[in-house]
Amino acid sequence: MYPPRFRYEAPQTIDEAIQLLSEGGGDAKILAGGQSLIPLLKLRFASPPLLVDINEIPGLDHLDFAADGSIRIGALCRHAALERSEELRVRQPTMAAAAGLVADPIVRNRGTFVGSLCHADPQGDWAAVMVALGGSLVAQGPNGRRSIPVKDLVHGPFQNALTHNEIGVEATVPAPQGTPLGGYLKLERRIGDFATVAVAASVDIEGGAVSRAGIGLVAVGSKTMDASDAAASLVGGPLTPESISSAADLAAEVAKPRSDHRGSADYKKHIVRTFVTRILTRVSSSLEKAA
Amino acid sequence: MVLDELKIGGLGSSRRRVEDDRFIRGKGNYVDDIVLPGMLHMEILRSPVAHARIKKIDTTRAWDMPGVRLVLTGEMMAARNLAWMPTLSYDTQAVLATDKVRFQGQEVACVVADDPYIAKDAIEAIDVEYEVLPAIVSPEQALAPEAPLIRDDKANQQDNVIFDWEVGDKAGTDAAFARADVVSKIEMHYPRSHPSPIETCGSIADFDRATEKLTVYMTSQAPHIIRAAVALVAELPEHMIRIVSPDIGGGFGNKVPVYPGYVASILASILLERPVKWIEDKTSNLMSTGFGRDVYLQGEMALRADGKILAVRMHTDSDHGAFFSDAQPSKFKIGLMHSTFACYDIPTAHLTAKGVYTNKAPGGVAYRCSFRVTEAMYFQERMVQAAADDLGMDQAEFRRRNFVRDDDFPHRTAFGFLTDSGQYGKCLDVGLEAIGYEDFLKEKEEAAKRGKLLGIGISTMTEPLGAGNSREYDILGIKMFDSAELRVHMTGKAILRTGAKTQGQGHETTWGQIVAHELGIPAEDVLVEEGDTDTAPFGMGTYASRSTPVAGAAVSMVARKIRAKARKLAAHLLEASEEDIEWELGRFHLRGDPSRGVTIQECAMAAYSNLPDGLEPGLENVAYYDPPNLTWPFACYIATVEVDPGTGVWDVLRVVAVDDCGVRINPMIVEGQIMGGLTEAYAMANMQFITFDEEGNCIGGNYMDYLLPTAWETPGFELHEVVTPCPHHPIGAKGIGECATVGGPAAFVNAVMDALKGHDVRNIDMPLLPDRVYKAMTERTDVSGAPPLRME
Amino acid sequence: MTSLFEEITPEASGDVPTRKITISINGEQRSANVEPRLLLAHLIRQGFKLTGTHTGCDTTNCGACTVLLDGEPVKSCTMLAVQANGHEVTTVEGLAGPSELHPIQEGFKDEHGLQCGFCTPGMMLTAKALLDRNPDPTEEDVRWALAGNLCRCTGYQNIVKAVLWAGDKLRGEADGGEES
Repeated sequence: MYPPRFRYEAPQTIDEAIQLLSEGGGDAKILAGGQSLIPLLKLRFASPPLLVDINEIPGLDHLDFAADGSIRIGALCRHAALERSEELRVRQPTMAAAAGLVADPIVRNRGTFVGSLCHADPQGDWAAVMVALGGSLVAQGPNGRRSIPVKDLVHGPFQNALTHNEIGVEATVPAPQGTPLGGYLKLERRIGDFATVAVAASVDIEGGAVSRAGIGLVAVGSKTMDASDAAASLVGGPLTPESISSAADLAAEVAKPRSDHRGSADYKKHIVRTFVTRILTRVSSSLEKAA
Repeated sequence: MVLDELKIGGLGSSRRRVEDDRFIRGKGNYVDDIVLPGMLHMEILRSPVAHARIKKIDTTRAWDMPGVRLVLTGEMMAARNLAWMPTLSYDTQAVLATDKVRFQGQEVACVVADDPYIAKDAIEAIDVEYEVLPAIVSPEQALAPEAPLIRDDKANQQDNVIFDWEVGDKAGTDAAFARADVVSKIEMHYPRSHPSPIETCGSIADFDRATEKLTVYMTSQAPHIIRAAVALVAELPEHMIRIVSPDIGGGFGNKVPVYPGYVASILASILLERPVKWIEDKTSNLMSTGFGRDVYLQGEMALRADGKILAVRMHTDSDHGAFFSDAQPSKFKIGLMHSTFACYDIPTAHLTAKGVYTNKAPGGVAYRCSFRVTEAMYFQERMVQAAADDLGMDQAEFRRRNFVRDDDFPHRTAFGFLTDSGQYGKCLDVGLEAIGYEDFLKEKEEAAKRGKLLGIGISTMTEPLGAGNSREYDILGIKMFDSAELRVHMTGKAILRTGAKTQGQGHETTWGQIVAHELGIPAEDVLVEEGDTDTAPFGMGTYASRSTPVAGAAVSMVARKIRAKARKLAAHLLEASEEDIEWELGRFHLRGDPSRGVTIQECAMAAYSNLPDGLEPGLENVAYYDPPNLTWPFACYIATVEVDPGTGVWDVLRVVAVDDCGVRINPMIVEGQIMGGLTEAYAMANMQFITFDEEGNCIGGNYMDYLLPTAWETPGFELHEVVTPCPHHPIGAKGIGECATVGGPAAFVNAVMDALKGHDVRNIDMPLLPDRVYKAMTERTDVSGAPPLRME
Repeated sequence: MTSLFEEITPEASGDVPTRKITISINGEQRSANVEPRLLLAHLIRQGFKLTGTHTGCDTTNCGACTVLLDGEPVKSCTMLAVQANGHEVTTVEGLAGPSELHPIQEGFKDEHGLQCGFCTPGMMLTAKALLDRNPDPTEEDVRWALAGNLCRCTGYQNIVKAVLWAGDKLRGEADGGEES
């Protein structure tokens, strides 16, 4: 309940923040929403010598929708802003479906989307959604900015691809290739629980066929899992019971869950299959209804 | 004009709560809110492993840290004969470990510092060397021939068995089984659970060297017991010990026992001569303080083909953790487990019970429960459903056929309890009517055709509440009575103190209602105080739904004593003899002339200003109440659920509760208690449990893993009542606080099992996690939840 | 502590760096020197002596420590005190007006929305933010909004009723109508 001592800095610009991280060597931590980091400090599971609080840096809380359907989410955009965004519901249903299922409503007021990606918790919701959408993280370091696809960002449990002096300043979701559809299903025993299993599945539909697809899996491996083969199997044809079923099987093969108090490994694989099927079936019937 | 009792907040009034005025303003006074001059802060170092020999404890670095005032180890406690303390179940428990640690989270050392941040820093600077030993996390492991001996500190302990106990008629039961048409069997585990009030435990010990007085502010549901324990254990004079329980942020049994943190903070204050505050964090609370349940059942029922229960045979194995510190006051080793089947008319029964040590936290407490009745009633109602299924009989009809009938009271149960009142059949009927039983069965059948799995679960039970009577119930020899002291001031306002201690039950509101009922003094004119042993009369505290049955009865009795004296004063004021005076609510009048009378307030004034010759001044008294029997509320809980065949996730559709707790003092508060209890029942059925892996690591030792339901998942509740007054309680009331927690879980589990009928499943252990339900459904097998949990 | 006297405890404070922060707490500007690691909940409770904000868990689950930060509920155990610098914090002590209770407080009492009272301040503040944003919520809206605050006593049903009661009353006041 009582964090250890650390040096605390709250820079006013990204450059200052990068400078501080460079000084801190590998041990400094960025404090954004703090909803994962501060509990770790309280439990003394982490004791970084330096905290670089980026909350005072202006211009990082944006949630911007471009005309082409792409989305930019700033490093200080809170989960609650996504949950309350009417535009998100219209533009990107897969993200909208997940927005209300992250942690609990109060944590969502403080926690950030980008922070959640960078935290690289295999049980985190947003990384799977971004994997499904083909989204990227924009990292800024001493040598400028680079874009890292989220599927390559997460290396392992709580390990990301950022260098010690890079900051995730923004996340980007590419423009859909057609009508963006999809969903997010999370098996949690109660609000605020970590996912037993969750699945993000996104399909863009063009002329009745799948033009692009992505499937991200939560809590079934040491990192967010990218069911890319499953997604690829859907592209080029319409969603049919057969294509859905085979994609669900392929997704379940990617899952490498472990048994724990939330459920057995076999069960979790089964849930992956079930959730992929349910999301895609729902999409398929909404298309039938629209047609 | 006769007073309207409801208008003065008497019995039956849903008067709004007095205590709320401070809580809604943030002006409650919980133990962590108290700040004393010069106060220091204590933190505890806990064992990271479940079973290990302590090779070395090095506190040098901690002592050297700025702001650290004291580092306490088991060795230092031992030097003062305080390394071990007696438990409420006549065992011993380590305060700070000396030889071995016996569960993960056990107290190893303490640091006292200027503020808690520094204390925590210093805790991390204590170096302990452990030699890890194999851990035991279940009775099966504990009873294995090669099992390591956990309690090697006890001279005569050769194995891990704490007790072997039996009750009932073995021969008679065996004979009944021999002639049974059908024998129904079931095995299950009631998982380890934790009461988990939102506020953790804590204390501030304040020893004043100048006066030699020790004051301890602490989260205790039973402050007088703590005073007695401190007097006996620390050998301090009892009159120089003051225990104060301020506002308590929920108890549910967790705050009954004496914990090492309390003892260590007291010693620290004595050594440092400064107040020492210890506030436990949530992880420590869940990992180390009194848990509930953790009992295994083998149950059998002998049945006649027509549905009559001929006999019941049960064996339980209970896991008590590393020290037998169950907080239960009965003379029976497994508490009131044998109150099971009390609502059914059963000729004969036999129960054997074995208790074992394991490498898990000690302190089995009556978690919103009367000492194992929660397990007793859960086992009962699961066995009842299994039996009804085995007979192919409707579950409601099977219950009705076996209930004790309304005209059979008093009724002696097969295990020897005496029940005294109830209308079991009527309660069941009210419940079935409310849920629309017949319609639901049709709906269920229709839904099945569409591949939907609906289920309905019933749980009916009567349970013994309100320990005790002094013949059978005591704590360390102190009898389980309770007390009330009432002082009526000259203006007719009053202060009432009892030996109970409210933790949300609303005593400050309801005790005034009893006074209003007995004396006609408006409830709002009665100030209620509890929890300070210097001012409150001796009592055994609040748990096991005993406040209304025992302390509440004492309130009635003391008010009646006051009324008897007021009668003398009235006679004096009316210049009549006592025999010619009649009582109406709040007033005495002359027999035959109601217009000539004096109010209770006028009598109060006379007690201080106008006394007859020979009458002692003042208007105050105290009553100690020893109940003639337990009270026996009855409940019928019915839940309907839908199970998702694709995932095993189940959702509650409706919950109907019919409670008969006798006369309701404050219906609003009674309903609040029932809804709170139902929520804990739902939690236990659905998500809340503590388990252990093979190394003895506690899983569920924090709020990320130990799940309490939120407003979102918690179902809505539909409440109904039947009133059968308690024949021996002064106002006909029975206990209620725990009924729904005790009876509720089986309703939810029975509903899910009903939905899975036809899947060849007999039992799934709680909590009914989706993966357990899915496994049971698809593999057509029972699913055990017994530890160790295998993590792959 | 007045400016006339401040006890120096050299061995404890030593060279630990502190920061001066100023927070508007319940409308009052208050300043303090704090160690960066101090949690906002502890500043409120121990520093500003506003003990209506409670701490119930160490994992950011229970919500007993909920306060409003610039009008939005946050768990004050999961924020550093230094991060509140320059912000507005509302605690339960700031809920009532000078002489009368906030309708949410009245609702909690009237609908028996509390028992032990420990979760109540956090619940009420979350409810206030909900009603500020959505004056006429459904029961489902209320349950969803309160899902970050745990209560162990009530089973939530009466808490939900209390919030709906307060919403009714606040809307009545806004319309200039009678309270229901």
